[in-house]
Amino acid sequence: MTDQAPPPSLYAAREPIFPRRVSGSFRNLKWVILAVTLGIYYLVPWIRWDRGPELPNQAVLLDLANRRFYFFWIEIWSHEFYFVAGLLIMAGLGLFLFTSALGRVWCGYACPQTVWTDLFILVERWVEGDRNARLRLHRQAKMDGRKLRLRLTKWVLWLLIAVATGGAWVFYFADAPTLFVDLFTGQAHAVAYITVAILTATTFVFGGFMREQICIYACPWPRIQAAMMDEDTLTVAYREWRGEPRKHSQEAKTQPQGDCIDCMACVNVCPMGIDIRDGQQLECITCALCIDACDDVMERIGKPRGLIDYIALSDEERERAGAEPRAVWKHVFRPRTLLYTALWSGVGVALLVALFIRAEIEMTVAAVRNPTFVTLSDGSIRNTYDIRLRNKNNDERLFRLSLAGDPALRIQLEGTPYGSVDVPADTSLLQRVYVIAPPGSDPAEAARTDLRFWVEDLTNGDRAYKDSSFNGKGDE
Amino acid sequence: MSKVPPKQEGDPNTTGHSWDGIEEFDNPMPRWWLWTFYATIVWGVLYTIAYPAWPLVSSATAGLLGYSTREEVAVEIAAVEEANAGINARLAEAELTEISADADLNSYAVSSGAAVFRTWCAQCHGSGAAGFVGYPNLLDDDWLWGGDIEAIHTTIAHGIRNEDDPDARYSEMPAYGDIFEPEEISQVVHYVMSLSGGEHDAALAEPGAELFADNCAACHGDNGLGNTDLGAPNLADAIWLYGGDEETLTETVTYSRYGVMPPWTNRLSEAEIRAVALYVHQLGGGE
Repeated sequence: MTDQAPPPSLYAAREPIFPRRVSGSFRNLKWVILAVTLGIYYLVPWIRWDRGPELPNQAVLLDLANRRFYFFWIEIWSHEFYFVAGLLIMAGLGLFLFTSALGRVWCGYACPQTVWTDLFILVERWVEGDRNARLRLHRQAKMDGRKLRLRLTKWVLWLLIAVATGGAWVFYFADAPTLFVDLFTGQAHAVAYITVAILTATTFVFGGFMREQICIYACPWPRIQAAMMDEDTLTVAYREWRGEPRKHSQEAKTQPQGDCIDCMACVNVCPMGIDIRDGQQLECITCALCIDACDDVMERIGKPRGLIDYIALSDEERERAGAEPRAVWKHVFRPRTLLYTALWSGVGVALLVALFIRAEIEMTVAAVRNPTFVTLSDGSIRNTYDIRLRNKNNDERLFRLSLAGDPALRIQLEGTPYGSVDVPADTSLLQRVYVIAPPGSDPAEAARTDLRFWVEDLTNGDRAYKDSSFNGKGDE
Repeated sequence: MSKVPPKQEGDPNTTGHSWDGIEEFDNPMPRWWLWTFYATIVWGVLYTIAYPAWPLVSSATAGLLGYSTREEVAVEIAAVEEANAGINARLAEAELTEISADADLNSYAVSSGAAVFRTWCAQCHGSGAAGFVGYPNLLDDDWLWGGDIEAIHTTIAHGIRNEDDPDARYSEMPAYGDIFEPEEISQVVHYVMSLSGGEHDAALAEPGAELFADNCAACHGDNGLGNTDLGAPNLADAIWLYGGDEETLTETVTYSRYGVMPPWTNRLSEAEIRAVALYVHQLGGGE
């Protein structure tokens, strides 16, 4: 800060941005992604999937009350939540991969903030007109009937989208058709209404008013992603060496003029309100709309396309020296991206394998160690185990528990003289199991003896086992 | 958004810091951020007015809304009790011996009994119900006063050695220090040690058998198998409440033992007593 300049204000108001309509291949791609992602979000809870009479028939359902996650033919119980952790790891690695190859492509195309803002701008443009009309309306100080009508129409449409957004979210957590009726008849749970209200408010405010402020000030991804880009990352950039000196500039009066005619098309279409010609900057979400806008202008004035383009930093020097840029695939396929792809696929394959080798019956054994053992009146030593049996079938199954290990050990189930228990469909059952060593036997006298519990589904003969140990009187 | 003009040397929009030619912008904060900050301050002030917040010398400000976590938990407990009122009534009225056959009622009784046990019983019997020296282990198959559900229920309801409760259990063992000579005590002790097959001096145990038959068998039985009607422990098994070594047995015979347990009818409801009785009954030793 110099002494002469007055100190700048510490706070700045948001400068409204009025992105102009643009058409081109990137815009079309973004429309497709917008339609697909929003379509998935709004429609998926309504897909039905028959799982039999006792289970929900919603294809994708996060049943928090019963701790089940249903995804089409896959059913994940809470103890298998590592599958979700695995998916999150894949999402993280996927983000690394895409960011190292294509920069902030997530921000520009697929981020909900971008997609909903795009939708909100679409509505805004439809109601109030394109950039110039919106600018005029913005500058018109007086709130006359027309302005009020346009504003109210826009806000109501935004609000409807916002309500639909918040509404769709809760359908993932309960039976959608039932909840839909309940929501409108006032019978839904308060949590549902609160969730809808919060998401309605955030969608309305973030999509309608905050927009780029979220990306610049609230979101941590830009910072993280900036750290993952390197000189081979393809990102949206201005070929300054080709465009400058731009028309109307001081240099253009003395030097041969560059390709940039300073038409401001790239600035006017930018939803972040920046000038890409200033170079790479934090605000840029690489939505590529400036590429579409500039290509359009270049074609009209008969210049080659690509004044603004997806360029890697390493190509800049080659191009400045008059050489051709390297092929796109050479930027994309490099050790780093290949490593990310390998890791990503590795986790994916591991998850798939884990998913398909999941047993239909499962058992966990928790040895009760308070106390470590009980002496019975005849001097026998007894250990207790809490065994959880999971039946993932759609019908009740009879499970038989048995023991392998020292032949002196005897197994006994609490509450039943038999060695087997019924486990109802799609539930788990906690069965207390006693293992008894007769007085004087090896397991009774030793400190520890290994043993193995077997469970067998008597319907189809499926078996599973878990290892544990038996504590005797002996010292360690 | 903040438009940053092209950066030049000495630009007022940089902090003046420069590292390897990289300068740090001094961009203004977004104004909405400032308002959000003010809003949190206002929220904070209103919160301390509305909710209990400021500590005073021996209490704290109550807050205008009158909210208290104590009341909230009281409301929640009342709601749970109301929700359980029906099944508790069923539990209190059901035939005691038939509860375990009713799967719903039994599973409710066992899980609520576990909570009662941890609150009221674990202090003496341990959280795992394994007891301690002088406090019976409830997991094994040895019972002083009987291990069927009705006997356990009676023991819990009325306790042991309670003057106020006419139904309380009393076990009366004389202190033989006043009756026997020291060597007679030693003889009885060695006989008792022989009953459970432990190491003993046969020369002492032989006269001890006669003393036992004359003095102890009335309660403990001819073979020392005990009597649950009288609370007389089985002396022939592997389980010792106070210890089965010579020193401890000598002490027991000399001074006797008077274990106590409070009656629970005046502190727990009938449903709770039944619940904890069913819980204890299914711990592994129930008869």
